[in-house]
Parts: sequence; C-alpha cells; structure tokens
Amino acid sequence: MPLYYDDDQAMLAETASQFMGEEGSIKNQLRHWRDRDCKDGFGHALWKQFAEMGFTGMLVDEDDGGLGMGQVEAGIVLEEIGRNLTPSPFLSSSVLAATALKHGSNDVKGRWLSDLISGDKVYAMAIDEGPKHRPERIATRAEKSGNGFRLSGKKDFVVYGASSEMIVVAARTSGSNDDKDGITLFAVPQDASGMSHDSVRLVDSSMASHVSFDNVELDGDAVIGEVDGGRTILDAVLMAGRVGSAAEGVGVARGAMDMTVDYLKQRKQFGRLIGEFQALQHRAAHLYSEVEIARAVTVKAAQLVDGGSEKAELMTSVAKAKVAKAAGLAVREGVQMHGGIGMTDEYDIGLYMKRDRALQEFLGDQYYHAGRVAELSGY
Amino acid sequence: MSDSDLEAFRAETRQWLEANCPPEMREPVRDEEDVYWGGRNASFKNDAQKAWFEACREKGYTVPEWPKEYGGAGLTPAQGKVLRQEMAAINARSPLSSFGIWMLGPALLHFGTEGQKQRFLNEITNGEIRWCQGYSEPGSGSDLVSMQTFGEDKGDHWVVNGQKIWTSYADEADWIFCLVRTDKDNKYQGITFMLFDMASDGVSTKPIKLISGNSPFCETFMDDVTVPKSYGEDIPGYVGEINRGWDVAKYLLGHEREMISATGGGDRATSLGAVTSRQGALDPVLRAEIAMFDVDALAYTAMSEKFMDELKSGKGHPAQPNMMKYAGTELNKRRNELVMAAGGSDALEWESEASNGGKAARGWLRTKANSIEGGTSEVMLNVISKRILDLPGA
Ligand SMILES: Cc1cc2nc3c(=O)[nH]c(=O)nc-3n(C[C@H](O)[C@H](O)[C@H](O)COP(=O)(O)OP(=O)(O)OC[C@H]3O[C@@H](n4cnc5c(N)ncnc54)[C@H](O)[C@@H]3O)c2cc1C
Ligand SMILES: Cc1cc2nc3c(=O)[nH]c(=O)nc-3n(C[C@H](O)[C@H](O)[C@H](O)COP(=O)(O)OP(=O)(O)OC[C@H]3O[C@@H](n4cnc5c(N)ncnc54)[C@H](O)[C@@H]3O)c2cc1C
Repeated sequence: MPLYYDDDQAMLAETASQFMGEEGSIKNQLRHWRDRDCKDGFGHALWKQFAEMGFTGMLVDEDDGGLGMGQVEAGIVLEEIGRNLTPSPFLSSSVLAATALKHGSNDVKGRWLSDLISGDKVYAMAIDEGPKHRPERIATRAEKSGNGFRLSGKKDFVVYGASSEMIVVAARTSGSNDDKDGITLFAVPQDASGMSHDSVRLVDSSMASHVSFDNVELDGDAVIGEVDGGRTILDAVLMAGRVGSAAEGVGVARGAMDMTVDYLKQRKQFGRLIGEFQALQHRAAHLYSEVEIARAVTVKAAQLVDGGSEKAELMTSVAKAKVAKAAGLAVREGVQMHGGIGMTDEYDIGLYMKRDRALQEFLGDQYYHAGRVAELSGY
Repeated sequence: MSDSDLEAFRAETRQWLEANCPPEMREPVRDEEDVYWGGRNASFKNDAQKAWFEACREKGYTVPEWPKEYGGAGLTPAQGKVLRQEMAAINARSPLSSFGIWMLGPALLHFGTEGQKQRFLNEITNGEIRWCQGYSEPGSGSDLVSMQTFGEDKGDHWVVNGQKIWTSYADEADWIFCLVRTDKDNKYQGITFMLFDMASDGVSTKPIKLISGNSPFCETFMDDVTVPKSYGEDIPGYVGEINRGWDVAKYLLGHEREMISATGGGDRATSLGAVTSRQGALDPVLRAEIAMFDVDALAYTAMSEKFMDELKSGKGHPAQPNMMKYAGTELNKRRNELVMAAGGSDALEWESEASNGGKAARGWLRTKANSIEGGTSEVMLNVISKRILDLPGA
C-alpha cells in the first residue's frame, strides 16, 4: 500500500477540509463558543452536521449502520479538525467510544450505536486516574453486586464528560491496581445514580470532567465485551485514540506553520519582509521538515492499525511522540515569529499553542510514548 | 498490476533471493572492501561478492527499475518497492554501488541521447565503468555555479584546464562527469556537462586525507586535457546541450540528494536503543536521549517510504529531496553521536582488532560529511525556504 492517499481518501480530505474550513472555522466555532462561555465547549448544531457528513459513524461497522472506515479516514477528518481547531467530540465519541463499542455484544451496540451515528448523543471515555496518562494502572473498581456491578473510584481528564449521555469506563473487576488483566469496560449512562462530574475548562477552552463514582449500581448489560477481558479492548481504544490524536496534532502543526509562514511574508521590519531574514528562514524550513515527517509517520501508523500489523503499537507510539515534538515546535516557533502580536488573544496563533498543549497530554505525551518505544524495542 | 500479481512477484522474488543471495552477502557491511563498486580495475573481495553481483547483473537487479535494454530489469515502482522490502528483510547487501547508478544514470536517462544510453548505461549496469563527479572547485562549493574550470573550443574537441576538489574516489574512477565552463560571459548558461576518461593525458589526482583517517576523495587537476565532442555516432562527449550543463547538474543533484538521504541518511528500521543496550545497561539520561532519537529515526523511515512512493508516482514536490537530505543526514550524525556515547572508551579505539579498525570512531567522523557533501544542510534549508515555503528573497 503506498504511503499517500488513494482517490477516495483524497476526496474525503477535500470534503473535510472544505467543511471544517467553513463550518468548523476558528471564528465560527472555537471563538464563538469560548466567548459565550459555553458549558459544553462545542456546538451541537455542528455536531449534527458532522453526522450528516457521515463523520460521526465513520468507524462503526457497516453492519451496525456506520461507514466501516478505518483510522486513515478518521485521521483525515482529525487533521482538518486540528488545522481549524474545531471543537467537537469527534475524537472522544466517534473514535474512542466507538472503538470500545465495536467490541460490545449486539445488545450493547443496539442500545448505543444508532444515537452516536445520528449525532443525537455524545459519549465519552474514562481512562486516566491522575494528571498523567498511565493506563497500565487502573484502581477504579467494579464489585459484583447481584446480577450487576457496583462501581467506585475516580476518573480524570474525561473529555466532554459532562456533555456525554454515556461514558465508557475502564474499571478493575479483579486483581490488583497494576495488573494487566482484570479490567472490564462498562457503558455508564449519564443518569446513573452515584456518578458526579466536576467539569472544568481547560487551557484550550475544551471541557473535561473529574468523574467520581460512588457505589454506582450497573446492570450486567452495561459490560462491553467480557468481564475481566477489557484490557484488549482498552488497548484497541488507546491505539485508535493515539493515532487519532496524532492526526489532530498534525493538523494543529500544519495550521500553526501555515499561519506563521504567511506572516513571514507580510510583516516588515528593518525595511524588509521578516521572511527575508535567513535566521527565520532556516527555522521555518526545519519546522517544515519536522512536520512533514510527523505527518508521514502518522499516516503510516494509521495504515498499520487498519491492517492489524504487529508493528502498529510501536509505530503508533512513534507517531504520537513525533507529532508532539513537531507540533510543539510549530506552535512555539509560531508565537515567537509573530513577535508581540503572537502574545495577543486577538491573534489565532496562541490558540494553536493552547490546543497543542492539551493534545500533548491526551493519551500520553512524548515522554510517555518515547518510553514505550524503548520498551517495545526491548531496552 | 493487481495485488495478487504483486504478491506472486513477492513470492518469486523471495525464492530468487533465497537461491541467489549468499549468506555472506546478508551480513552488515563492515569495511570499504565489502562494497563492490565495479570498474576497469575492480576486484572482488571474495566469491560470494562475485556470485551475488553476477546473479544480480544477469537478472537486471543492479538497477532493477531501469529499462531492460540498458541492463535493468524494467520493474514497476510497486515491484521495485517489493524487491527493496524483500532485500531489506534478509539484510541483503547492495550488489553494486556506483555513482553511475545514483547520479549519472538518472541524468542520462533524462537528458542523454539513445547512443549515450546504449553505451554508458549498459557499462554502468554491468559494473564495467566506475564514474566520479567533478563539480566542486577550491573557490566554488555551495556556490557551485561560480566554478571556473575552462574548456576552450577547438572545433571537434575542447581543451580543458582547471582544478576540481573533493572528487570522491577520483583516484579509483575510470571516467568523470565534469562541469566545465564553456562561456565565461554567461554564468548559468555557460557550463557544459562533459564526460571523459580519467586516463586522458593531463588528468592527475592527489588524494586528500579525511579526519576519519581514510582518503576516499581527491584533488583533481586538468592540464590541457582533450575532451572530444563526440565518441562516435550519437554519442556526444557531453550531456544535454553545450552551455546548458547547469540544468543537467541540478537534475543530477536531486538524485544525489535522494541517494545520500537513503544510504548516508538516518533510514534504518532497527532501533538504536536495541543495538546499543546490548553492550550493557544505558545510563538513564542517555537511554532517554536514545529513545527520543529512535522516535525521530523510526518516524523518518515512514517519511522515506512516503517520499519514495510519491517520487515514483510523480506526486512529490520536486524540491522534496532537499528536505530528505537535510533531515536524513542530520539524523545520521545524531545517531553516530549517540553510538559514541553508548560505546564509551571502547568506541575511542582507532586501530585495534576489537574495534574493527576503529569502525565506530571513523564512522562517527565520516558522518560529519553527510551534511556537507552533495549540498550542505544550510543550503538545503535555503532551498526549502525558497522552493517549498516560497519565502521572499530566499
Ligand atoms: C508582553 C509584552 C509586553 C510589552 N511591553 C512593552 C512596553 O511596555 N513598551 C513598549 O514599547 N513595548 C513593549 N512590548 C513590545 C516589544 O518590545 C516588541 O514586541 C518587540 O520589540 C518585538 O517587536 P514586534 O512585536 O513588532 O515583532 P517584530 O519585530 O515584528 O518581530 C517578528 C519576528 O521577526 C523576528 N525578527 C525581526 N527582525 C529580525 C531580524 N533582523 N533578524 C531576524 N529576525 C528578526 C523577531 O525576532 C520576531 O520573531 C511588549 C511586548 C510584549 C509581548
Ligand atoms: C566526503 C565528501 C565527499 C565529496 N564528494 C564530492 C565529489 O565527489 N564531487 C564533488 O564535486 N564534490 C564533492 N564534495 C564537495 C561538496 O559538494 C562540497 O564540500 C559542498 O558543496 C560544500 O562546499 P564547500 O566545502 O566549499 O563549503 P562552503 O560552500 O565554503 O561552505 C562553508 C559553510 O558555509 C555555509 N554556507 C555556504 N553558503 C551558504 C549560504 N548561502 N547560506 C548559509 N550558509 C552557507 C555552508 O553550509 C558551510 O557550513 C564532497 C564533500 C565531502 C565532504
């Protein structure tokens, strides 16, 4: 398979670019909702449009009413989301939760999938338990209780948790906190009694919840997949989410870079366009090179995940780390090369810096993933 | 070609490699003699090297994607990729290394006459003639177009005088492709891309020793050298048009940069950490640096794949080889810095048997040239600024 888009994928990229550039633009979405202090952090009308475009259910199997596409296609949409900083639950709901639900029974799918595809409902994914991503350790517990379970614990960084009609929760049903096995995924409905949200606004104006579970009673049919068999599903969810957030990061990097390169061609100092100064040219050219590489490895990782390759896990971590490095560079150089106005709220370049920071942390930063690359390579 | 045809080709290729690539040719290259360059004076290091080269020559696999009539195998880009993948999977060495393959060949395929292709391309694919590159001069490195070596027009030939420098393997090469000024009043349109025998009267070379202790490059002097305008019917002694050699030179540089980014670059699928940690536990901060390096290096392998795919399908940006050369060579330098750090005092040994004749230290020093030869990193960044980012005044 060549490492560029085929005709269908190129067409999807074109469509996504146009849609996100117009409907999902910074002015129409991010600034609009931020400046109104929106408690959701994204627009439901736009989310409905996502559904009309077929984006919401793109990863859902065709048999279940979705489009049966893969990570390469989801990545195409996410790159445009990143480029336009479009706030939406696409990553959390249509990638993470949808990947988890793929592994559910027909009952579970029947209960949740159609509303996800139609855009009527939004779902979230609860994994982290602390400020740093560490999915190897899961302490939130679900004890057997009658025909169901009783869930207790606390989850952090549940993106768009408070706006979600259901949260997929990774909880421990056996073993000790650091065990690989003994994990079960549960679909916890919004109205479950004993679940409470502390919803907070993040630096990029997105919303995330600290979610507490205080003896939340769940039916047996809340289980996604097998009891104690949730680790493999969780791994699949993590892989999809990581390669997806890498794709969004590529979009952030490219958006910031394009803006900056444009600015170098407009701003004059010392009687010249600042883009004439070699000190800036070389840094811009280096940045271009880093962003190109980050983009290539992200598409590669997505192809490997879609193909079920044994190298998918390694290359996903490579992609997540590389994108973090490249996007971080893009936003830092972006703000710096804008000079004073780069520090203003009025200019968009700072918004890229903020989104990048949030994405860096989401599902593991560059240090976490470089560490995984080392482990997976045997050192 | 359908996927199933391609898979059939893969199976066939695997079988062919199994039958024809000797085990010795699947070992990593250890020294200069492990690389076969061909040429009039070439000798094989051992039977395995000879057998492998000859098998590939017969099959057209010294240059698999060149047309069959010039000694290639006429493979499609997709087949070429499969062959590269299958060779990489068994660590097969390249059967023939040659500036003819990497540099002159592509230029001839693009600009050459049929007569030139028939003669020179077949000599290249058969490993008969070894070429060297006469571009740089003492006063003209990055600013190559300022070069002064002059050829005086004498009707059916030129008389060439001047000096080239940093000419890799000039002392071992049979022929040279050489930039010669043929119009002093016209900077860009006053250069001719000439081809001549290094055994011609008036050509002499003087090796230059590198910091690595090796001396694979030379000063090349031309003192009243006669270069014929024709070597026979439809075989001009120059490529392209007279005074238009700069176009050929630039085209060739694109291929040179691809080659350096592919071979001298950081394109290794193996994890550096996996290799270096075999010598013993890595200090934690070094381990972290190596992990960060592995992220960059593995990401670059994907970029290389994408670059090749785009190149072969004509989708790539024409200036992208400059980006590849920049990123690949900088990565390779970083790799070698880390190899030295992981190796500690063992890696300092310069001659001992244990160090394989100072392989680590000499290799580390040699890689410093990667970001100089074929255009420096700074020049690559200038080109990216100008041709890809379209920055003003670049
Ligand atoms: C928080 C803050 C507080 C400030 N407070 C004050 C204040 O109290 N009073 C006041 O007068 N000013 C103040 N400033 C303005 C500050 O001094 C300017 O922002 C600064 O001098 C840069 O100028 P500029 O913003 O116009 O950027 P520009 O000069 O337009 O620079 C844009 C980019 O081009 C680069 N660049 C410019 N020229 C060259 C060159 N020749 N070679 C290479 N690169 C070049 C710059 O390094 C920068 O990266 C403040 C700025 C900030 C951000
Ligand atoms: C191992 C090796 C093998 C080689 N083999 C060959 C060969 O076979 N044939 C051949 O013809 N040549 C060969 N070369 C020569 C090579 O192409 C030149 O060394 C190279 O083009 C740089 O030229 P220079 O050495 O004169 O450096 P200079 O051009 O003098 O550069 C010196 C420094 O200034 C920087 N610089 C120059 N111009 C700019 C600019 N515009 N902007 C910013 N920075 C700039 C450079 O990046 C460099 O850091 C070889 C070189 C090496 C090291």
